[in-house]
Amino acid sequence: MKFLKFLLTGILFGIVMTKSEAISWFRIQEMFRFESFHMYGIIGTAVILGAILVAIIKKVKGKTINGDEIKFNPKTMSIPRYLFGGILFGLGWAMTGACPGPLFTLLGHGILTILLVIASAILGTYVYGRLRSKLPH
Amino acid sequence: MIEFISQPWHWAASGAMIVFVMFLLLWFGGEFGVSGNLRTMCSIFGGGKGCEFFDFNWRAQIWNLVFIGGAVIGGFIASNYLASPEPVNISAETEAYLKTVGIDTPRTMEEGAGFVPNEIYGTENAFSLSNLIILIIGGFLIGFGTRWAGGCTSGHAISGLANLQLPSLIAVIGFFIGGLLMAWVILPQILTL
Repeated sequence: MKFLKFLLTGILFGIVMTKSEAISWFRIQEMFRFESFHMYGIIGTAVILGAILVAIIKKVKGKTINGDEIKFNPKTMSIPRYLFGGILFGLGWAMTGACPGPLFTLLGHGILTILLVIASAILGTYVYGRLRSKLPH
Repeated sequence: MIEFISQPWHWAASGAMIVFVMFLLLWFGGEFGVSGNLRTMCSIFGGGKGCEFFDFNWRAQIWNLVFIGGAVIGGFIASNYLASPEPVNISAETEAYLKTVGIDTPRTMEEGAGFVPNEIYGTENAFSLSNLIILIIGGFLIGFGTRWAGGCTSGHAISGLANLQLPSLIAVIGFFIGGLLMAWVILPQILTL
């Protein structure tokens, strides 16, 4: 039962990713080619409303369903880690047309070849973990 | 009601619903970040043996795996019961460009919903050289890059920017450097191999 609420939230997320068309490879090409406002509108709206939400939660010391205070962990400052990691992810995102949320949503659409992308993404994460100590962070 | 939801959503409604999902996750004691699940999966598959990065209490992350399991079900529901009457309405400029690299943009539902190009993701096409490069190397870069950067679109571009984190802004700039390079320079080369 503890997990049911996460399952339902995930179902909603899959529906949102589909109806927003953020799962579309075509939409991602269009975004990186600056030929439509659609994806910028989605991300921009989410960032602005999200910033308002985070500010309100901090202001009112919002609590979780279990009564704990909602915490936002500040990220440690670094440039190479975010820049290089970000560039590699950006290359993969524009190639496959899917970031991690859509990867899983597309599986539900019956796109079975996405399993190849998911398996490769797990492998990529594993190789990162093995090489982690040798990479700049 | 179903008909209303089944239309393609306006970008503002879509952005607001993403924030609603983020709110629910925070309220339930989680956070909005999808790519962390890939690390959890490595750990479940035994990656913690001989690698401390995967040697952590993955059981504390089960809620997030359940969340993406839900996303798979949500995709199934949306594709079977909430499908739009028309394919994704891609701009004419993008359609014209994609034609030059051999990708057709669906304009009727018979041709496809406009989510993934059949030329790349169709099971009968996936095993060509250029498609294997796209699917396998693309997936690898997603997994490697998100973990190095410590997040993906959900964790950095939305959760991180909403919390005004400078590291997330650097990550998003990185996403765009990589994405622009791929979309404009590298991908056209791979597609015309």
